Amino acid sequence: MIITTFDELKKACNENNKTIWQITQEEEAVNGDISVEDVRKEVLKHVVTMRETIQTGMNSTEKSISNWCGDDCAKLVKRYTSNKHALFGKLFEKIITYAFATSEENLRMGRIVACPTAGSCGIVPGVLVAYAEEYNLSEDEQINFLITAGKIGSIISNKVQLAGAVAGCQAECGVASAMCAGALAQTLGGDIDVILNAVALAMKNLLGLTCDPVCGLVEVPCIKRNPILSVHAVTAVELALAGIESKIPVDEVIDAMRQTGQLMSPMLKESSLAGLATTKTALKLKEKIFEKQTK
Amino acid sequence: MNQKGLFDVISPIMVGPSSSHTAGAVRLGLMAKNIYSKPIKKVDFTLYNSFAQTGFGHGTQKALFAGILGYPVYDKRIKNIFDIVKDTKYSFSYAEDLSRHPNSVDIVINDGMKISGNSIGAGEIKIIEINGFSVSISGTYHTILLMYKDKPGMISTVSKIIQSENINIASLHCDRNEKGGTASMYIALDAYAPDSVVKSIANIEDVYYTTQIRKLDA
Repeated sequence: MIITTFDELKKACNENNKTIWQITQEEEAVNGDISVEDVRKEVLKHVVTMRETIQTGMNSTEKSISNWCGDDCAKLVKRYTSNKHALFGKLFEKIITYAFATSEENLRMGRIVACPTAGSCGIVPGVLVAYAEEYNLSEDEQINFLITAGKIGSIISNKVQLAGAVAGCQAECGVASAMCAGALAQTLGGDIDVILNAVALAMKNLLGLTCDPVCGLVEVPCIKRNPILSVHAVTAVELALAGIESKIPVDEVIDAMRQTGQLMSPMLKESSLAGLATTKTALKLKEKIFEKQTK
Repeated sequence: MNQKGLFDVISPIMVGPSSSHTAGAVRLGLMAKNIYSKPIKKVDFTLYNSFAQTGFGHGTQKALFAGILGYPVYDKRIKNIFDIVKDTKYSFSYAEDLSRHPNSVDIVINDGMKISGNSIGAGEIKIIEINGFSVSISGTYHTILLMYKDKPGMISTVSKIIQSENINIASLHCDRNEKGGTASMYIALDAYAPDSVVKSIANIEDVYYTTQIRKLDA
């Protein structure tokens, strides 16, 4: 039996005196009919892929098929290697650079880990890899981070399909940010209440986020949304660690998210029929890409 | 509803840029390959709706073609698949049909079998039609598919053969075009059935066609 609500998860953690990742890896082992070690090995494979993607992405300026995006991460790298530093320090620099590198690698058909989706693939690795480097996280701690993030995402996905076409970007980058917040809170020693508050705070502040990609491509606004929402996750964690609670419990936040997704116009759910996708500039680009496609 | 596990969320490891338009498209190709299960010389794709409108920028065509050829979703060669593979004929056409899923495709293999499927998000897929028969196959289970004359007793005959190998049936569905006409059955299994099972099913009177479709492992 898989735990499907945050309330059940909290009870399971408290009753068994276990962490989210402990409960989840056991659950996965039972359901997959494999050992806990094998679950962790599989998760490690994903962590390793995330690192590789970041390395590849940071060293590439190859443009996307639309020829519109792909050379922006290099600008960040250049800034931080030329004696300019981010206002909030090295960790902040790495988080946004790594999230950016991952998203750009995605758009050029590089290898990524969908987390939870390809469009939102930069958020969790950005924070995980940057934090692991800056604070010397052990391999085991990195695996724990990713298992925790995955469990949070899977609980949400039992209520809302994680697809922009179904519930808007709140269900993609929004959920990625919430997964990331919970996992970082766990890594920083937060108990189950702190973790669930971090999830709720991150998610709550992204409700209503639409999916209006220009030309239907995973480029604008998706790429830059990744670094920006990875930082959003960290803010939620800081609040939660201070003991600030989400007044609306996390399960209810997810209910609200689902409802918001249902009420969202289909024109704003990955159909590129409104919003940024129908701005003057976007429509001009669409014409250009269409020419290229029919050539 | 199937409950989602860890690796439904942290995965797949895939080439970008879109879980629905790229990874999902590779998997639709892979499933079509598994369903056809014979050498493929020619394949014709019809892309619908969002697949048709935004496929180019997502590499959907490359992904579908790579899938048909058996490339897994994480294979970096998918990006250059049309330069690599020269000996399989292909064509793409585009259509709009709002009665269909936004990310939908028809795949016709060797001018014979027609397979339709949808990419339903997060890299997950559903095969919805095979040669005109409604199915719902997601590739998460090994699946036995058969076409037969609609008549009483077929479900019990088939399930007994599967039971004889001590294989658990995860789900079983039937469809028919009319009473006494042609029917289809697809059975999701917890383990891959030995070839003898498929042979025994094929030997049942009035079974026209049967095959076992491997689940997707990437």
